[in-house]
Amino acid sequence: MATKSILAEFTKGFGKDNPTFVQVLGMCPTLAVTTSVVNGLGMGLATLFVLFFSVLITVLIKRVVPDGVRIAVYTVVIATFVTIADLFMRAYAPPLSKALGPYVPLIVVNCIILGRIEAFATKNPAGPALVDAVGMGAGFTVSLIILGAIREILGSGKLLGVSIFGSGFNPLLVMVLPPGAFLALGILMAIFNALKDRNSLVVMEGR
Amino acid sequence: MNVLLIAIAAVVVNNFVLSYFVGICPFIGVSKKIDAALSMGIAVTFVMTLTSIVTWLITDLILVRLNMPYLEYVAYIVVIAALVQLVEMFIRKTSPALYKALGIYLPLITTNCAILFVALLQAMRNYNFIQATVFGFAAGIGFTLAIVIMAGIREQLEIADVPRPFRGAAITLITASILALAFMGFSGLIAA
Repeated sequence: MATKSILAEFTKGFGKDNPTFVQVLGMCPTLAVTTSVVNGLGMGLATLFVLFFSVLITVLIKRVVPDGVRIAVYTVVIATFVTIADLFMRAYAPPLSKALGPYVPLIVVNCIILGRIEAFATKNPAGPALVDAVGMGAGFTVSLIILGAIREILGSGKLLGVSIFGSGFNPLLVMVLPPGAFLALGILMAIFNALKDRNSLVVMEGR
Repeated sequence: MNVLLIAIAAVVVNNFVLSYFVGICPFIGVSKKIDAALSMGIAVTFVMTLTSIVTWLITDLILVRLNMPYLEYVAYIVVIAALVQLVEMFIRKTSPALYKALGIYLPLITTNCAILFVALLQAMRNYNFIQATVFGFAAGIGFTLAIVIMAGIREQLEIADVPRPFRGAAITLITASILALAFMGFSGLIAA
């Protein structure tokens, strides 16, 4: 039972509580950096890092933080880990750091992080809170990779920098530009909704 | 001239919502009615201008002089949170009518990424004091423009027959896509 609920805690970030397609959180990085798979992956991992360590610090200090200033305290914790992630990327992955630009510091105000701290980490013991953080971060990363793959394939005819359609393919440039971001995410969300509707219908018919 | 270019770029060419994707949460959340969208826009513009000014002062007068630019993010977020609180208290004392109009939107602004983005961009682009002020104000006007147009469209969308899976955020994003496409027409306005 215990292992099963831990597994559920982990997998909900991919399915029913997916931060991007279901909760519609963290939209700025989702739309801005998913012009390619690599950028999506980089942003996803950076967010996962910040989320995990912010939750770790939160579960350690939550007993001593007064209720009135908790948001301010947690925000400063998050900002500290974002600074660490940003300096690390600048030092070891300069091209990625350049591609993500000002969107790395924007992780500070990514509602997924403060949302998980407020809604889950402060109310649960350390174990589930950390599993939840990893699950949510990984679910977010997967969403970014899916969106990045779609936009990279359609917008530049490549996947991970490798051309896949040959020279005859005329890339839909708009997909790597801002309108393509909104369009791709809107259609993906509709597909997600349609799948969810169908699943609930199947469950109802099965009864 | 330079200042004018910064302003035009921030309002239409590089609109914060439609080309930098910041402030999407209120853009989707508070764009159901035109008057609510307008109040949100005014509140954001107000805080954005102040933020740009205050973070410019902090960066140039404190962080750079003490050689601590790595404290940027922590300093900015604390300043923004404090500023929103101050603005809220100030408006409540001086103009109850305005406070009533902006009321619920003010605290929401702290977590609006567009505000932090203004602070980051003006620091990244090394604007001087006047440029930073104009940039903050123009970015807010751009946000207001986008959210009010969006609210106008969504009021019409209410009575439209949208296919079930597209209802909610999906159709809003697709509408935003078309809007962004229209705004791309402005990109020829400023060369380079």
